[in-house]
Amino acid sequence: MSSPNATIPIRIRDLTVAYQRKPVLWEVNLDLPAASLVGLVGPNGAGKSTLLKAILGMIPPLAGTIQVFGEPYPMQRQRVAYVPQRESVDWDFPATVLDVVLMGTYGRLGWFRPVGKKERELAQGALRQVGIDSLMDRQISQLSGGQQQRTFLARALVQDADLYLMDEPFAAVDASTERAIVEVLRSLKAKGKTAVVVHHDLHTVPEYFDHLVLLNVLAVASGPIETTFTQENLQRTYGGRLTVLDEATEAMRRRGARG
Amino acid sequence: MGAWTLDYNLRVVLMGTFFLGAACGMIGVFLLLRKRALIGDAISHATLPGVCIAYLLFNAWGWQEKSLLGLLLGAALSGVIGAICIVLLRQWTRLKEDAALGIVLSVFFGIGTALLRIIQSLPSGKAAGLEGFIFGKTALMVSEDAMLIGIFAVATCAVVVLLQKEFRLLCFDTVYAGSQGWPTTFLDLVLMACVVSVVIVGLQAVGMILVIALLIIPAAAARLWTFHLSRMIWLSGGLGAVSGIVGAAASTWIHPLPSGAAIVLTALTIFLFSLIWGSAGGIWWRVRWAFVERKATDVEHVLRGLYELLEAGNADPAAMGTTRSLDVDPLALVQMRHWSHRRISRAVRLLRTEGSLVGDTKDRIALTAKGIRLAKESVRRHRLLELYFQKQSELTGEAIDRGADLIEHDVDDQVMALLEQEFGSIVGIPESVHPLPSDGIKPDTHRGATL
Repeated sequence: MSSPNATIPIRIRDLTVAYQRKPVLWEVNLDLPAASLVGLVGPNGAGKSTLLKAILGMIPPLAGTIQVFGEPYPMQRQRVAYVPQRESVDWDFPATVLDVVLMGTYGRLGWFRPVGKKERELAQGALRQVGIDSLMDRQISQLSGGQQQRTFLARALVQDADLYLMDEPFAAVDASTERAIVEVLRSLKAKGKTAVVVHHDLHTVPEYFDHLVLLNVLAVASGPIETTFTQENLQRTYGGRLTVLDEATEAMRRRGARG
Repeated sequence: MGAWTLDYNLRVVLMGTFFLGAACGMIGVFLLLRKRALIGDAISHATLPGVCIAYLLFNAWGWQEKSLLGLLLGAALSGVIGAICIVLLRQWTRLKEDAALGIVLSVFFGIGTALLRIIQSLPSGKAAGLEGFIFGKTALMVSEDAMLIGIFAVATCAVVVLLQKEFRLLCFDTVYAGSQGWPTTFLDLVLMACVVSVVIVGLQAVGMILVIALLIIPAAAARLWTFHLSRMIWLSGGLGAVSGIVGAAASTWIHPLPSGAAIVLTALTIFLFSLIWGSAGGIWWRVRWAFVERKATDVEHVLRGLYELLEAGNADPAAMGTTRSLDVDPLALVQMRHWSHRRISRAVRLLRTEGSLVGDTKDRIALTAKGIRLAKESVRRHRLLELYFQKQSELTGEAIDRGADLIEHDVDDQVMALLEQEFGSIVGIPESVHPLPSDGIKPDTHRGATL
């Protein structure tokens, strides 16, 4: 690790991302600490998922730089695991729970090589960790929402990454799944890993996370929970103070559509 | 000698359609899972102008016009141009994918038909047999053609086997594949290239209109037999191969039947069979399961109904000892559940067979010791659910009863344990939270005699 920022999981400078000229993220600057659980919180359309996808290099930014452990994402890909929203896939796909979790090993396997015994064992271990190893051979079409989420989580765990990016893992899951996910997060932290989690339930933020990023197109605040999870910051994130920005971007979008 | 030649020709055709069916079946699985079936159809239709233009060029240059490879090259080019048009239309206009597909498919095919007319008006055009590319004409297939199909089929098969893991990931979760660094656009291109190549070599055998059927139908049929992707791939390849040879053979024997149509009809037959009997979602099994489920539900409702009728008549079956309950008038049961006599009779017959009940619906019925025990379990479960509804919702009376009715059959051990945790202090059978129907005990003149 030659880079001076090699210990910083995510370092973002002046990031601007736009969809068809409508800015979704504006001038975002962030430094996320290692070995921490980071809550990424903000209203709908605040650009939370977009931020994760930009970090993963899936949306080219208009401007700015993103460093993952001090380097561009493609150099550090092996150290990052992504948990997409579970609605993003078709669960009617012909696959078992184990099949899906094994997908987490594909990246390391590389081209053409099929999964082997070692990968299967890793996958089973990950399933044990999220408490659904008994469902290993179950068709994914038969899973409940919570079981789907645990399957996705296991798929990320099997990658044995240092940085986990999770898009709304707590959305519409049962209470026991929520507890299981929290437990997994804590064990990740104990192993010195970092998780960035898009989250919606403000009540549980101080309980689950130790670092908070409040996002509403602009990065409104970022820092330790104790100093960041304040009434004033939440007011700035959720209160209607961004109407000026909304109107401006809307006008910009209309002009873009005409031109 | 003549018979031998025919046999040889037939063998060539069967070989060609076998390979074609297998390759289409295998790559079709991923086309289906990638939800790109219609793009395949649009591409195959878009090949027609290419075939015609290639023919016209060869004709103008005075070359051997029937060079199949040249025609197929033209087909491939115009198919790819069609695909590019779809992508451009989608990206640069407000058109959605379905509209882009419709436009490309019809416009290319239209241009192709116009060119075909021009070719047919040429002196040599009548004999060109280009319309064989539209509906398929296996009779035109020579051994070189079968060989060509074989080469492409083996290549496609190799790609599918080598890239099975990559295609699986691409089709299930493209975004995640991208996060792992897989070049998803490139993989999509490889997939579409495989599709285009089997479509092109299959043009002669099944025709451009129907080749999509050979890509989609075997895959759809295979899906009805297995939940495992790798098994689905092999099965789909097998079903495609069978469709290919059976269809081609049928079109040889039944004279005016075009081979494309024969192959599609064969594939359709296989699909319909799978749709009904397929072990992974066939209609027969679903209907059967629903029927079994309904019978089990009915049986439980009758048991509980009998218990409640006895309860309403103050003849607590629990106090009845272990032999049998009082007799109940079946009519009271009919009134209580608003079922047809037939439905009640069926449930009663089932209960009698398993020894939970004696008597028959024409006269009188009574619970046996076993029936009393089962009925008690069912009533307790129902009433605990009712209590739960009462506690957790604003519902009252009948609504609670209906709610409990709806879910009680799906209560498993885990849910029951939760209910016991909540209401465990209630021993035996809780009081009903809603009024019970009037009693249904049959005035029994013979009781003295039977007991």
